[in-house]
Amino acid sequence: MNENQANDLKKMLLKFGHLLGLFIAMTIICLPGFWIVLSSLRPTVEIMAKPPVWIPQSLSFDAYIAMFSGVGQGGIPVLDYFRNSIIISVTSTVIALAIGMAGGYAFARYQFRGKTAIFLGFMLTRTVPGIALSLPLFFVFARLGIIDTHFGLIIAYVALNVPFTVWLIDGFFRQVPRDLAEAAQIDGCTRWQAFWQVEFPLARSGIASAGIFAFLISWNEFALASQLTRSTNSKTLPVGLLDYTSEFTIDWRGMCALAVVMIIPALTLTFIVQKHLVSGLTSGAVKG
Amino acid sequence: MATVSLKNLVKKYGHLEVVHAINLDVEDREFVALVGPSGCGKSTTLRMIAGLEPISGGHIHIGDREVNKLPPRQRNISMVFQSYALYPHMTVAENMGFSLKIAGKSQDEISAAVADAARTLGLEELLERRPSQLSGGQRQRVAMGRAIVRHPDVFLFDEPLSNLDAKLRMQMRTEIKKLHAKVQSTVIYVTHDQVEAMTLADRIVIMRDGHIEQVGPPEEVFRRPASRFVAGFIGSPTMNLHNAVVGAGKLVFANGDTLPLPQQFRDRVTEGQKVIFGLRPDDVYPAGHGIHSGEAAEVHSVEVPVSLTEPLGNETLVFAEFAGQDWISRMLNPKILRMGDRIKLSFDLSQSHLFDAATEKSLRG
Ligand SMILES: Nc1ncnc2c1ncn2[C@@H]1O[C@H](COP(=O)(O)OP(=O)(O)OP(=O)(O)O)[C@@H](O)[C@H]1O
Ligand SMILES: [Mg+2]
Repeated sequence: MNENQANDLKKMLLKFGHLLGLFIAMTIICLPGFWIVLSSLRPTVEIMAKPPVWIPQSLSFDAYIAMFSGVGQGGIPVLDYFRNSIIISVTSTVIALAIGMAGGYAFARYQFRGKTAIFLGFMLTRTVPGIALSLPLFFVFARLGIIDTHFGLIIAYVALNVPFTVWLIDGFFRQVPRDLAEAAQIDGCTRWQAFWQVEFPLARSGIASAGIFAFLISWNEFALASQLTRSTNSKTLPVGLLDYTSEFTIDWRGMCALAVVMIIPALTLTFIVQKHLVSGLTSGAVKG
Repeated sequence: MATVSLKNLVKKYGHLEVVHAINLDVEDREFVALVGPSGCGKSTTLRMIAGLEPISGGHIHIGDREVNKLPPRQRNISMVFQSYALYPHMTVAENMGFSLKIAGKSQDEISAAVADAARTLGLEELLERRPSQLSGGQRQRVAMGRAIVRHPDVFLFDEPLSNLDAKLRMQMRTEIKKLHAKVQSTVIYVTHDQVEAMTLADRIVIMRDGHIEQVGPPEEVFRRPASRFVAGFIGSPTMNLHNAVVGAGKLVFANGDTLPLPQQFRDRVTEGQKVIFGLRPDDVYPAGHGIHSGEAAEVHSVEVPVSLTEPLGNETLVFAEFAGQDWISRMLNPKILRMGDRIKLSFDLSQSHLFDAATEKSLRG
């Protein structure tokens, strides 16, 4: 066997190993999701069976039918929860993005006193676990009378997401060369126009990904929502999962069905926005 | 079309002053090159003229308007950046038409102006491409196209060619010259390449550490450098510059070797004065291999050893040792020399420069 053949073989083995590694990783990542979908379709005995039943014996949509069939017949107010989740997540994401863009741009482009300290402070706020915040927040919100309102959760989520969006968007604006905004100003733009005509389009994909992150965090958040919501006025889907627990039993099938209902919009949104996450848009601006 | 005038223009970053009260008047339609070593304040000066950098003192006039506080868009200038700064999300045509679009011109007008500029620069084929799909030279051309589309009063260039390879740079240099002849605008052109400055400019401004050292037409800064710095900066290969002391009508170098004191400086120096003697490589040549500067020539010949040669084909740069130092000499019609060969070196003293060692200013009248 000559050296060329040996090299070819080595390459093939490497490639095979690579694919195998990827396959295993993907399986580990996807299995829980798959298990949730599966569990939502099978009877509780099968879910609880030990050892696990890998091949389902019977599948049915009973849990989904029950979920939407109204309170009293085993259903939960899922449409109310859905509405609350949408309103709260979308509004808080939009606000967090607006603040994130303003803040991120300022951090990327301007020098000001205490810049690093503020930036570090932002990051530190994220180190506090949500559950630890929930009690103090509960007291404050109770005094303000905004427990169990959309408004209350929205401001909590904005506060949660802003450090993150600022940090992400700052990075994306940094990648847009300064020269571009200057060239735009020479071409007749005001500072404001230069931002919207040149810098914003170039950072748009980054802003979109920050938006997805903020949305998913709000959409899935449980710790704060479970304390700050009471009723169908403001309960979100993650909190709604608890409706399937009662004193002695947990309806795992129903819970999994609701989880699937939660996952679908998040997945859809991610797919829609992902199209806009074209990277490398700034290439060709400057030499290189 | 406009003049540009800088009066006592100052730039400070915090307490650090990087441009020290410079004065400059640029005529209408004049092509002025700002040259100087890295960090001397060329870009800063240009950016102040453009309005991208606030000024810390003094005045800037474009035409008869004082523009000190005006934002860039109100100055009617165009700028070509070293990085080109093309908008990556727009096609070439959109890049070039952007300023007109912002100015609210109609689509027809924009297309016509873009087509016109594209014809001038040979960009017709590329109008629908994105900047990322262009070569360096093409990007450079688009950047110039974007600048000429709006017919500004003044063009500002910040080292527009420094990202190109040597051959392309020469080609673009010629094109810029042609372009200037065609559009006839006032141009301020920053470069650290003195050849670019010499070939393009009507006048050259040599800057150093935030000061202007000399302003003049290319042949004047070449023939009559006002200071040692200008002498060393302009010309390639650089001028031979060596310290000497005036003694008994001679220039005495550190190791005791002497050259006659050039005629034109006889009355301008005092005995014992410390000076810097300068002679361009063209004016110190192996005997018979240089251009005689005519009647006025004061040729003084010395026999010296060759320490190094750099053959360039039509000429050879000969490094020869005299007065304990290497002197660069340009040998026309070269013959082959080896290290250690002894040659007769002719110093044409009529072409020499003399600077005071302390002030570094020229001793010429
Ligand atoms: N934002 C800034 N803050 C502080 N100092 C600065 C700033 N920008 C430039 N300088 C300083 O100002 C001086 C002049 O810079 P400038 O960019 O004008 O140099 P230049 O002549 O264009 O050099 P080059 O040929 O390298 O481009 C430099 O010493 C530089 O360090
Ligand atoms: Mg510069």
